Amino acid sequence: MISHVRTIWLTFLHIFKKKATIEYPEKKVELHPRWRGRIVLTKDPDGGERCVGCYLCAAACPVDCIALQATEDENGRRYPEFFRINFSRCIFCGYCEEACPTYAIQLIPDFEMAEYKRQNLVFEKEDLLINSEGKYPGYNFYRVAGMEAGVKAKGQGEQEETPVDTHSLLP
Amino acid sequence: MTTMQHVWIVLGVLFVLLNIAAGLIWVERRMLALWQERLGPNRAGPFGILIVLADTLKLFFKEDWIPPFADKWVFITAPAIVVASVLMSFVIIPFAPNIVVADLNIGILFFLAMSSLGVFSIILGGWASNNKYSLLGALRGASQMIAYEVFMGLSLMGVVMLTGSFKLSDIVAAQQDMWFIVKQPVAAVIFLIAGIAETHRLPFDIPEAESELIAGYHAEYSGMKFGMFFIGEYLGITLISAMMTTLFFGGWLGPAFLPPWVWFFLKTFAFILFFILLRASLPRPRYDQLMEYGWKVLLPLVLLNLLVTGGIALWLRDH
Repeated sequence: MISHVRTIWLTFLHIFKKKATIEYPEKKVELHPRWRGRIVLTKDPDGGERCVGCYLCAAACPVDCIALQATEDENGRRYPEFFRINFSRCIFCGYCEEACPTYAIQLIPDFEMAEYKRQNLVFEKEDLLINSEGKYPGYNFYRVAGMEAGVKAKGQGEQEETPVDTHSLLP
Repeated sequence: MTTMQHVWIVLGVLFVLLNIAAGLIWVERRMLALWQERLGPNRAGPFGILIVLADTLKLFFKEDWIPPFADKWVFITAPAIVVASVLMSFVIIPFAPNIVVADLNIGILFFLAMSSLGVFSIILGGWASNNKYSLLGALRGASQMIAYEVFMGLSLMGVVMLTGSFKLSDIVAAQQDMWFIVKQPVAAVIFLIAGIAETHRLPFDIPEAESELIAGYHAEYSGMKFGMFFIGEYLGITLISAMMTTLFFGGWLGPAFLPPWVWFFLKTFAFILFFILLRASLPRPRYDQLMEYGWKVLLPLVLLNLLVTGGIALWLRDH
């Protein structure tokens, strides 16, 4: 009984405490860089698309909200022909970001994406692709990749040795 | 008083009460929020007061669905009973020296009778819904209300003994020198607890334990019929607060710098706020704990209180 009275009194004292409410539309919420919000596709420092259409994000997605079709340009560089995320299904788990080998797909601190029509929540590639390097500035997948795709010549990549002339190795 | 004055008092009391019941929607949400370190409704109108209007409009425009398996007429009548019975109880409450609808000689008995009628609303609502969850909620509600009504009546008998009258205006007048909270503190606390249980407010909102019984006896209700149960609940809070004020806290008595009805209103409002504070602080007891607490603790306590009060009253009369 005494503990009940004490509880009531302590609850009453809360009236004088600072309120935790953030009055949202006027006052924005402070979001941290790792906050998992809207999904974007980033570009590498040269302005090329980072996405190589490997389907790992679509495979990792637990709700199957990512759809894409990979294709190649004349240099053999892969890119998605279309890239579609249905945000009405997305649960913002970040698995796609974890799975992405090229840092292309990223979740950014932005949750203000309410729409009146459900169809508007289906984002196409032009909605997703941003002109920024996102959380990993300076990273260019084709600079470290072993293959030649119009970005650098064979053996010219970072941490890449020039190709060995196999004929010179002959005894 | 002339007939017209009576009519005006009846209409005025009705108007004020229904507005208080509606206003409590806002008061409760706002105060709960403050006690939980939130702000609560603050968008619609000044301080969010128009949330009442928004809630009411929403209730009116929602689909008012009567389940095809329900007993239609009983289903419709049940929510009206609770509002009607609580409103009837207000008839006997003296808001100020001359503002009372009917100052009955058996005021307290009338109040007890009307508050026991409220149980019909729960039982009929739960039964007419033709749904096992509703029925279980109704059974819980009914047994709780019956259990707590027993000593609600008994707790008031100490006051009646000291006053020598069931008439509420006499009871208020008898507190001219000293409020009954001083003479009858145990009875006041027990009456408050029984009152909370009677209006099935938290922490005693057993009939609507959402985790086990969906929403209890009003699980099948929608629209304004659902709203009626809530207006009934808010009126019930107001009624118990008004009764606490009248019986134990001197009713409209108070220093003369404020008119009597203001004193009555202030005291009642303080109790209403206390009801909301209780909701913010205490957890709900288990059903068996509730019944055990009522029958094994409060009932003996109230009987003891009655015995002691009676003894002292007799001793005082002989000396």
